[in-house]
Amino acid sequence: MSKKNSVWSRLFMALVFLFLYAPIFLLIIFSFNEGNSSAIWKGFSLKWYGELFQDRLIMQSVYTTLLVSVLATLIATVAGTFASIGFYNMKRRWREPLVTINNIPMMNADIVTGVSLCLLFVAAFGAWNGFVSWMETTYRLTAPRLYQGFGTLLIAHIAFNIPYVILSVSPKLRQMDKNLIDAAQDLGCTWMQAFWKVALPEIKPGIISGMLIAFTMSIDDFVISYFTAGATTSTLAMTIYSMTKKRVSPEINAVSTLLFGAVLLLLVIVNVMEAHQAKQQAKKYS
Amino acid sequence: MKKNKLSLFSIPYVIWMALFVVAPIIMVVIYAFTAAPPDGGFTLDNFARMGSYAVVFARSFKLALIATLVCLLIGYPVAYFMAKEGPSFQRVAMMIIMLPMWMNFLLRTYSWMAILEKNGFLNQFFSAIGLFNLINSIFGTDITYFKMIGTSGAVVLGMVYNYLPFMILPIYSVIIKLDHSLLEAARDLGANSAAVFRRVIFPLSLPGILSGVTMVFVPSVSTFAISRMMGGGTQMMLGDLIELQFLGGAYNPYLGSAIALVMMIIVVICMYVMNRFGEGEEEAMLL
Repeated sequence: MSKKNSVWSRLFMALVFLFLYAPIFLLIIFSFNEGNSSAIWKGFSLKWYGELFQDRLIMQSVYTTLLVSVLATLIATVAGTFASIGFYNMKRRWREPLVTINNIPMMNADIVTGVSLCLLFVAAFGAWNGFVSWMETTYRLTAPRLYQGFGTLLIAHIAFNIPYVILSVSPKLRQMDKNLIDAAQDLGCTWMQAFWKVALPEIKPGIISGMLIAFTMSIDDFVISYFTAGATTSTLAMTIYSMTKKRVSPEINAVSTLLFGAVLLLLVIVNVMEAHQAKQQAKKYS
Repeated sequence: MKKNKLSLFSIPYVIWMALFVVAPIIMVVIYAFTAAPPDGGFTLDNFARMGSYAVVFARSFKLALIATLVCLLIGYPVAYFMAKEGPSFQRVAMMIIMLPMWMNFLLRTYSWMAILEKNGFLNQFFSAIGLFNLINSIFGTDITYFKMIGTSGAVVLGMVYNYLPFMILPIYSVIIKLDHSLLEAARDLGANSAAVFRRVIFPLSLPGILSGVTMVFVPSVSTFAISRMMGGGTQMMLGDLIELQFLGGAYNPYLGSAIALVMMIIVVICMYVMNRFGEGEEEAMLL
């Protein structure tokens, strides 16, 4: 591509970027609005932020979102790392169908994943609760009945996070020099030590990036949570959705502004860290 | 390390997949072919009943296709122009395009609701510059706002706004990797820039286009939140239909499963087409 862009093509790009950002900036500006409209400016105020932090429903759902994301990310990272090591050491004949199944939740439309899990939980809990009732009437034994809630939400999040961890760990395993592990064992490591001291540090970058992807997926998810969380548990995205169904409230603007700020901060940190790492690498090899 | 020993590491996850990936899909298939109680038993009724929702199917495909096409028409030039700029511009532009994707799509959609509402930003703006007065005086009408929320155009806008980055990024990542010697060869052999684009750049960027199209079309055709929020309940799509059967008033998981099964088949077809012709799929999936 030899020729430089013309003024027109640059203008086109600028317009598209404007299209991407104008709504977000309007949202941010009107989160500081005194009035309760997202259209008429009545003066600067932080009152919507105050109301936001007083809103128990929103605060509770923020807590749920963070808790489920952190737990699901940690579990999925450990499980996904072990699973990818297992897949990597498997015979091709076994690995290929399993990897295909592993890819299903990533490929499928979110709503199908959500609905299918919902169906499984409803059917399994229905059977269990029926069994408990039968036990109660015939043997006077009882067990807790199960309903959809935080537990099912967590299972769903782990289920859609693990494939992303595997997706980012597997390439690192393939890049690893296989002789390294043999060498470690020849030099007297047990296979456990070879795993902890040699293999794990080699694939660490893949594990970390998988963890980050899983965490953002969890935080960002709405559709799958919506179908699996049941009636009493609500993530932030679910709360926002139910708020938009009623009336447009500037509280949502305040939420958006805070989230946008958090994402921006995170992105800056990641970039600074990457630049720092690149510098270190350059030093190491020069 | 013995190979076989380490492969045992995956056993817990294989069991997990059987429980929470395979079993749910089997449940969907079983429910899709089961009659609602008290009848029970095998039936094809659930699929037959979809006929009465033909309007919803047609609307879903129409809106998703339009959104995909608009994304392609906007996204391809952006990706192409971006690839021609310097490396530091490209880095910044990538950030600019990715950043909104990190915000929840409900909030991105909501931002348009606030703009397009009856008393929203755009209508207030039009009334402030006297557009409605002007129109009313010319045509003798009596309008005080434009109806934008609740139209199919608003739904398409919501999809384009949310999924445009999914179109730009895979196309960009294919164009940026094009072999420059091919372009030079084409020029040396006498092709002008239009011909170079048409006969070299465009065909080579097809894998990126295909993964972009899939990544926009699949979420668009299956959405329910965007159509609900932007369509104001009047633009029902396939996703809304499924949601209604599982969580809404029309509780009927048997019909819902049948529609979900159809949607799964649509996704499989899209993926098949993409894998068949595309190579940019692996990067695309990481985005």
